[in-house]
Amino acid sequence: MDRVRRNKGAIVLFMLPATLLFLTIIIIPIFMSGYYSLLDWDGITKGTFVGLQNYIELFTSKSAGFTKTLGNAILLAVLSVFIQLPISLVLALVLAKGIKRERFFVSAFFVPVLISTVVIGQLWTKIYNPEYGIINVVLQNLGLESWCRTWLGDQNTALFAVFVPILWQYVGYHMLLLYAGIKSVDPVLREAAKIDGATEWETSWHVVIPMIKPVIRMCVIFAVVGSLKAFDLIYVLTNGGPAHASEVPSTLMVNMIFGRGRYGFGSAIAIMIIFLCFFFAIMIKKFFKVEEE
Amino acid sequence: METGRNKIKKTGMYLVLLFWTVVSLFPIYWMFTFSLKNNKEIFGENIIGLPKHWLWSNYEAAFTAGNMGSYFVNSIIVTGFTIALTTIFALMASYALTRLVWKGRKKVNNIFMLGLTVPIHAAILPVFIILRNLHMTNSYQALIIPYVAFALAMAIMISISFLQNIPAELEEAACIDGCSVYGIFFRIICPLMKPALSTIAIFTFLQAWNELMFAVIFISDSKYRTLSVGIQTLSGAYTTEWGPIGAALVIATFPTLIAYTFMSKKIQESLMAGAIKG
Repeated sequence: MDRVRRNKGAIVLFMLPATLLFLTIIIIPIFMSGYYSLLDWDGITKGTFVGLQNYIELFTSKSAGFTKTLGNAILLAVLSVFIQLPISLVLALVLAKGIKRERFFVSAFFVPVLISTVVIGQLWTKIYNPEYGIINVVLQNLGLESWCRTWLGDQNTALFAVFVPILWQYVGYHMLLLYAGIKSVDPVLREAAKIDGATEWETSWHVVIPMIKPVIRMCVIFAVVGSLKAFDLIYVLTNGGPAHASEVPSTLMVNMIFGRGRYGFGSAIAIMIIFLCFFFAIMIKKFFKVEEE
Repeated sequence: METGRNKIKKTGMYLVLLFWTVVSLFPIYWMFTFSLKNNKEIFGENIIGLPKHWLWSNYEAAFTAGNMGSYFVNSIIVTGFTIALTTIFALMASYALTRLVWKGRKKVNNIFMLGLTVPIHAAILPVFIILRNLHMTNSYQALIIPYVAFALAMAIMISISFLQNIPAELEEAACIDGCSVYGIFFRIICPLMKPALSTIAIFTFLQAWNELMFAVIFISDSKYRTLSVGIQTLSGAYTTEWGPIGAALVIATFPTLIAYTFMSKKIQESLMAGAIKG
């Protein structure tokens, strides 16, 4: 058996396709991006080496707008953690009590997760449509014409109008993770709390939630990292506009590279996105560890 | 008294759940209904009701003028190859990473797991430049290859967790019977990995079918457009007529929804499997 397990030919053959793809499409490109980010380059002529100039521009130039996109992404992360996750948690807690039609509700809440973001984006553009969209029509019928807006076209509302569907879409995903976590908490613990006279609210808060901390940590990481990477829905709904009001790092990156041909500057944004994703994932893990001690 | 209060509480709970059900499903319900309506109904007469006259011609328009048929086929080709290659490559790699003995396999495994957190943004420009230099933008491979690469990390992780539950004695018995390493892999391991395969397939399907960023940037020729890009183009062309766009959205969504109605539990479990180690 040992000889079979050390068959060099088989090892190479089995590892080759995955390794090759992983190297050429992920590992090497990351280093290429890192190198490009040090260039002033339009993708056509030869680039010139400018050192950290692109990174300095990222954080100092107001017209480039990176700091603003970063602010928007962090706002989205905050809203995800403090609005989306609590909604998911409440739904999961209610569902995990074992009520009738539990499976139906779980399945229904999960539907938006499965639908392509392009489809969801298109649907919401129609919901937000200033003339015929459902929101404005409902407001008109309620006699609230003054509340009507061109939701996606107005600099004051575009950012939140874009955030709503993003938050809406993934409530079901977090709900499912939390629900599965709550279901795996030993029912004996809950029973014990009940016998000791704890109300349902107290049982949830003091018994169930501490038990599912690892799941909550995972959800927080997903919510934050997902916010930093957010692209699809924003691209479909506003593409960052109007006047960069709803721009996030990834839409800015795509616009810089493929819209304005600023390959070097765009690569610097790409590197920052990777860095921030890793940075926040590690910070959140640390934060939860400190909490546990 | 106590039961009365309980009843109120129960009703309250159901109201919360029903409210969120409506919030979750309304856009999808609305999509189905307006895909069968004319502008007059959509824009005022009958905004949220069921269509009065079922206008199947919207679907006809989406397929003929909107080209949805060919986008659909493209999505199937790209997604199909992505799923097939991802599962095969992931299975092979995870077998070598867990069962074969060689130096550095732990390290290689860790590098693969790093792929779980790398966002696709990291690679988009370099991959685009590589594809451009190879004259491979505007082709199926331009999407299939990156999709497989980015699906691999998750697929390997899932596949390893399944492999660990297959007892090594099975392989040893086969070895004593004179099976080679390839025989063991194809005749013993692969058949036992069926549940892992469906989990990986579901995961990869959703990723590839719904992907937008690569598809928008690597494909400009309408011949190779997938559904996500096709819908974007279509909505640009039909700004005033919503019916055909609704039909296009339904066409893009129904494979997912049909699969979901038949195996909702399996799909939910598959998507959770990707999160567990996250």
